[in-house]
Amino acid sequence: MVKKYLSKIYMGIIFIFLYAPIIVLAVFSFNESKSRGNWTGFSLKWYIELFHDHDIRLAFYYTISIAIITAIVSTIMGTIAAIGINAMKGRQKALILNVNYLPVVNPDIVTGISLMILYISFNMDFGFNTMLISHIVFSIPYVILSILPKLKQLDVHMTEAAMDLGATPMYALRKVILPEIKPGIITGFLMAFTLSIDDFIISYFTKGEGVTNLSIVIYSMARRGVRPTINALSTIMLTVVLLLMILINKRNNGQDKSKKINQSEVYK
Amino acid sequence: MKDRTKYFAYPYMVWIIIFIALPTFLVLLYSITTKESNGLTTIQFTSENFRKFFQPIYLDILWDSIYLAAVSTAICLLLGYPAAYIISNTHISRRNTLLFLCILPMWMNMLLRTYAWMTILGNNGILNNFFAFLGLPRFNMLYTRGATVMGMVYNFIPFMILPIYTALSKMDKGLLEAADDLGADKKTVFRKVILPLSMPGVISGVIMVFMPAVSTFIIPQLLGGNKSMMIGNLVEKLFILNGDWNFGSAISIVMMLIILLSMSIMNKFDVDKEGGARLW
Repeated sequence: MVKKYLSKIYMGIIFIFLYAPIIVLAVFSFNESKSRGNWTGFSLKWYIELFHDHDIRLAFYYTISIAIITAIVSTIMGTIAAIGINAMKGRQKALILNVNYLPVVNPDIVTGISLMILYISFNMDFGFNTMLISHIVFSIPYVILSILPKLKQLDVHMTEAAMDLGATPMYALRKVILPEIKPGIITGFLMAFTLSIDDFIISYFTKGEGVTNLSIVIYSMARRGVRPTINALSTIMLTVVLLLMILINKRNNGQDKSKKINQSEVYK
Repeated sequence: MKDRTKYFAYPYMVWIIIFIALPTFLVLLYSITTKESNGLTTIQFTSENFRKFFQPIYLDILWDSIYLAAVSTAICLLLGYPAAYIISNTHISRRNTLLFLCILPMWMNMLLRTYAWMTILGNNGILNNFFAFLGLPRFNMLYTRGATVMGMVYNFIPFMILPIYTALSKMDKGLLEAADDLGADKKTVFRKVILPLSMPGVISGVIMVFMPAVSTFIIPQLLGGNKSMMIGNLVEKLFILNGDWNFGSAISIVMMLIILLSMSIMNKFDVDKEGGARLW
């Protein structure tokens, strides 16, 4: 009994540690004055000002549009590549997997500077395109890594059976392989999206004149003091994520209810 | 069928040659050439960039980065293991909620969360105001090495909790009962059964915390002030401020080698071959 309380207290402390800065940000987004240490009164003015803050609105626009394009492009390219890699054998497969793994294990700063050197060597103009390409470059490996395990589990005979029954290879791909690896594709898409939205280091080295994202804006403000409008924007964004997650969870719970009950019986 | 399917990967092969292999090669090329090399005709090879790095001032920065990252990783493990253990022993209906609560903070911009710690730790920050309210003296917490370590623990601890949780929840509960039936007390069960079986998770966690920690440059810059220059800060400074790409590239190569070396050491202990990918 005592143990149960101890573990509750322990988890409580961990969560206080994890959520303290988030609560501080959310609370101070409602603060009347610009000060970040003193509470002077409740106000919604930073939320209203958010609509007039040109820098932040532009950065938000770039962050979201790059994240959406990155997620779509890298999911499509990653899925096609994963299907191909899965069919490879031996040395060729090992080599492509290792190179693919490089952006995952490399420190972000090394990926960032190596892409910067590449763009300069090819005389490319820094801006939206360089940032977008960089985001796609580091996202595809994660998409591939989340789809490959699903492809490995896939029963080869199913595709063969489909084709024996008269399906063309493309039809078999669409009707047999894709539905089976769908969970991996969805995970990959979400990962690409969140990695892109949250990235700072790689964007920092590949950004161009006039094109920034939220992380870069926050970084450039951090020393002088971040404008409370950023707090307001982040509070809105986190609330949206939270609501989306609760919605998805509710829907899944409804679908898996029977499954879950069986599972919990097994555990007992 | 299978043979033809592999052509699907060929466009991606071209892609990774251009955007992964070639940039890495260029960094390597910069690290072994002099600043005066402009194009193929004037290229001059040198080992000067690497030799420069082995001077005490730069080596100290390297050791310090490894030390700070190692301390942060150890604290993450000490705090994260019990948390993962508690979550894995919670009733299944509440387990997902707890896991979700561990991941949720990562959806808020990392820079912003780190910045919020400046608000909390600063000399006129929330903690110090609270201390003053209690009649305690103010502490100098921001811009210290301790603040850097705390920032790293804060940002990376979910990467420790999740893989350990995965390893613990995959564990066959029957083994615990068997050990119990055979007369092992709780401590022995933990030491001889639970701990060894959770080792793959611990190893993934250590890799996933140590790697970003050793190369970070935002956290020491925001929370450590000028006191903790880490290897990442040095690379950033060389590329953005000094424009010394050759020396910066040499340090990047050293960083890559450290990461690859620590990965291969860790993989030796790893029984489960899937490595860090399992987290997802």
